Amino acid sequence: MTTTPVDAFEQSLADLPVRIRRTATDDLDETLEACLDPPTIGVALPFDDISLADYPITLNPTGEELLAASTGVTAGGPAIAEYGSIVVTSRFDGTEHTSLYPDKHVIVLAASDIVPTLANAISELEEAIDDGLTSAVITTGPSATADMGAPVYGAHGPEEVDVIILTDR
Amino acid sequence: MTDQPNQLTRREKTAKIRHLLETEGETVHETVTPFNEGRYRRYAEMDDLEEYRAEARRIQKDAIDRLPELIEQVRDTVTENGGSVYLAEDAADARRHVTEIAESKGAERVVKAKSMTTEEIELNDALEAADLDVWETDLAEFVLQIAEEEPSHIASPAIHKSREEIAALFNAHFDLDEPLQTPEELTSFAREYLLDRITTADIGVSGANFIAADTGTLALITNEGNARKCLVTPDTHVAVAGVEKLIPTIADLPPFLNLIGPAGAGQDITAYVSLFRPPVDSPVADFSEPNEPAFDVGNSDRSFHLVLVDNGRMAMREDEALRETLYCIRCGACANSCANFQQVGGHAFGGETYSGGIATGWEAGVHGEESAAEFNDLCTGCSRCVDACPVNIDIPWINTVVRDRINHGADTSAFDHLVDGLTPDDEPTGIDRSKRLFGNFETLAKWGSRTAPLSNTIADVSVLRSALDRVAGVERERELPRFQRETFRAWFEARDAVEPSDTVREAVLYPDVYTNHVQVDRGKAAVRVLEALDVDVTVPDVPSSGRAPLSQGMIDTASSHARGVHAALAPDIGDGRDVVVIEPSDLAMFQGEYERLLPGDAHEPLAENSYELLEYVFGLLENGAETSALCGPDDRIAARGDIGTEIAYHSHCQQRTLGLEGHTVAVLERAGYDVVTSDVECCGMAGSFGYKSEYYDLSMAVGDVLREQFTEPETEDRTVVASGTSCLDQLDSLLERPSRHPIQVLDPGR
Repeated sequence: MTTTPVDAFEQSLADLPVRIRRTATDDLDETLEACLDPPTIGVALPFDDISLADYPITLNPTGEELLAASTGVTAGGPAIAEYGSIVVTSRFDGTEHTSLYPDKHVIVLAASDIVPTLANAISELEEAIDDGLTSAVITTGPSATADMGAPVYGAHGPEEVDVIILTDR
Repeated sequence: MTDQPNQLTRREKTAKIRHLLETEGETVHETVTPFNEGRYRRYAEMDDLEEYRAEARRIQKDAIDRLPELIEQVRDTVTENGGSVYLAEDAADARRHVTEIAESKGAERVVKAKSMTTEEIELNDALEAADLDVWETDLAEFVLQIAEEEPSHIASPAIHKSREEIAALFNAHFDLDEPLQTPEELTSFAREYLLDRITTADIGVSGANFIAADTGTLALITNEGNARKCLVTPDTHVAVAGVEKLIPTIADLPPFLNLIGPAGAGQDITAYVSLFRPPVDSPVADFSEPNEPAFDVGNSDRSFHLVLVDNGRMAMREDEALRETLYCIRCGACANSCANFQQVGGHAFGGETYSGGIATGWEAGVHGEESAAEFNDLCTGCSRCVDACPVNIDIPWINTVVRDRINHGADTSAFDHLVDGLTPDDEPTGIDRSKRLFGNFETLAKWGSRTAPLSNTIADVSVLRSALDRVAGVERERELPRFQRETFRAWFEARDAVEPSDTVREAVLYPDVYTNHVQVDRGKAAVRVLEALDVDVTVPDVPSSGRAPLSQGMIDTASSHARGVHAALAPDIGDGRDVVVIEPSDLAMFQGEYERLLPGDAHEPLAENSYELLEYVFGLLENGAETSALCGPDDRIAARGDIGTEIAYHSHCQQRTLGLEGHTVAVLERAGYDVVTSDVECCGMAGSFGYKSEYYDLSMAVGDVLREQFTEPETEDRTVVASGTSCLDQLDSLLERPSRHPIQVLDPGR
């Protein structure tokens, strides 16, 4: 039995508190809504036919909404099967803030964007940076600290991470 | 009576170590142990570990070779990206530049991500002096900022603070009505408190783990997420980084990213690896009008300033011994794997900013040797950090060189006749008397055997022990070596040897100074075992390896020993004889430091033809020798000497670094014994370290971990064996039952 990239990605996250949901684009509505703890903010996704405006998601939040949001939805990719990591790139859109300020980060990822190794992801990033990308983060699980006497999730970033894998993309 | 200028007296050192053992030791041990165990676990899982380490080292070496070129390149790329680059000559220059940036912005508040380089240049003090409100947002740094304490670890700066202490600190400092208790409450409080500061900050300051010169891309490795929050929230980003953080390209990152999480704390990968090519496109978040959109989406008006800090680094690059320090990626693995560090933490190691392991190189380079001097002795040369270091830096060697330089810079007026008579070295006369005494152990041992049993009687006279403690810092609680009147070599020469009938190999059994003068029985056992396995054994007159002077930082003296050993053994090796070594620390010299102590390739024949004793026996068995020649637990004579079937084995630190622990275990098991091994980095004795009065408490604290492992129900009845002389001495102090070298278990003549 061969392991698919999606399986490998999921196995790598077995020890981290990350909830992974696989869904076809057609069933996204139900899956996405199950992830949202309101109030939710989000950044437009790069997938055709999917618009976060169709959901109870604030797309261009005010300062108050940014600070009050419980969930932030962004796209992710490439993702790294060997570590269960996802690259979240930011452009002129506030992705960093959306992925960092709320307690929960929901990442929407295309299955075809899962690459085997970190080195594969870095070469994709290298090209993107050459083409003008100025900010990216390789995230693996929630924000964490061990500085307060024991491991705690949700240090300065999200305490929870949900990943939605679009199996048909 | 001071030992050296600008240094604590022996008594002050003793008191400081005792204080840290009592106050911070337990928390440090609890925090560092999981980091250390995590690294072992993760390293063992990684199929490509050695490839990554070799590649990471190659990249660092190349980057440091080309550093001036990379500095020029990053100047161009960052400027093209729209940022500024400043090369600060020293700490004051860097402080001044960052303060000027803040003043020119009219900034009031600065938020910082963790940066040890800003600790090194004492940036916060300068910014605060300029009336800026400065906040550390890394939670460990935040704790230290509130507590007004110094970092105790190069990567996890607050490892000495327990949850209870942090809770008490926060509750008192912030005068909280509802006291915080759990780690979750403490984290949540700090997060909210710092969020208020981040959202109102004018400048975000960070360090950088790596800077790719090709594009001016910074890599920041974090778990908390505070770095990104600090850098994308305000409109101004100042990155302060040592020049050594430059690497040529983004494509060079993978081996480091694959290694740093495992090396630091056994994480597969850290939660966040951020790549910024600043100034970034992300819109600045504006919280001043809460009901207006937070982002001016599509617009970014940001400024970025890269401050590259020299502060001694370009001089380190020209310094053959300190240059490797610049390869360091500051993961903290060397500190985590250090048995002494595990007991007392970084505050015991001195150093203005960096403490423990590689920190000696950093402090000597950026703050000067005096800063590295105070507790440089806490590196015992056990070498466990060498396997831990993700870029294969020879950290013990850096410590040795710095120690040698401190010796040479010592006050030459402190002349002492008593030690001088026993110390025929060529070291400067101002060197610490204790170091000279221990560094010349061979001379002492020769005198000890010549005058035994008188020499041993002297060792028991309390007034003399008291004088030895006062004059040379030899701890009076320690039992001194019992010199044997008949040396190992004298026994070997005098015995009626029977030539093996079917010689399979010819070997020199190296008569190290301990085997020759003190542990004579293990030498005899080694000869009997080797001859029983059909090895033709000789025991020529060879000088001591130089390990003793080297561990005191007496490099010239050690070199002269190395030349002597080389000259004595070269003819035998040329004749095809193997060199079999009983004492692992001597083998480590032959296979390691001799490369540095002998000219050219002179070290190679000995390095290639020397073997640890049990490694050699293992090889003989693999090549057809009969296990039955060894004494097994069921043999008729086995009951002799209180040796049971079940063995508790403590390998030797340097033996483990050479990868030779398993051979002893395998040989004992083949002979029929049941073996469990200790799981500690070092026994705590480490040659002369545990004999020194100022380090006795620490040595026993390190040893206590081993004592516990060998007095558990599973091990308490096992026969104790250990490979190193000093390990055996330490085990004698720790345990009520005797210990011996494994060859004495296998000895058919026991």
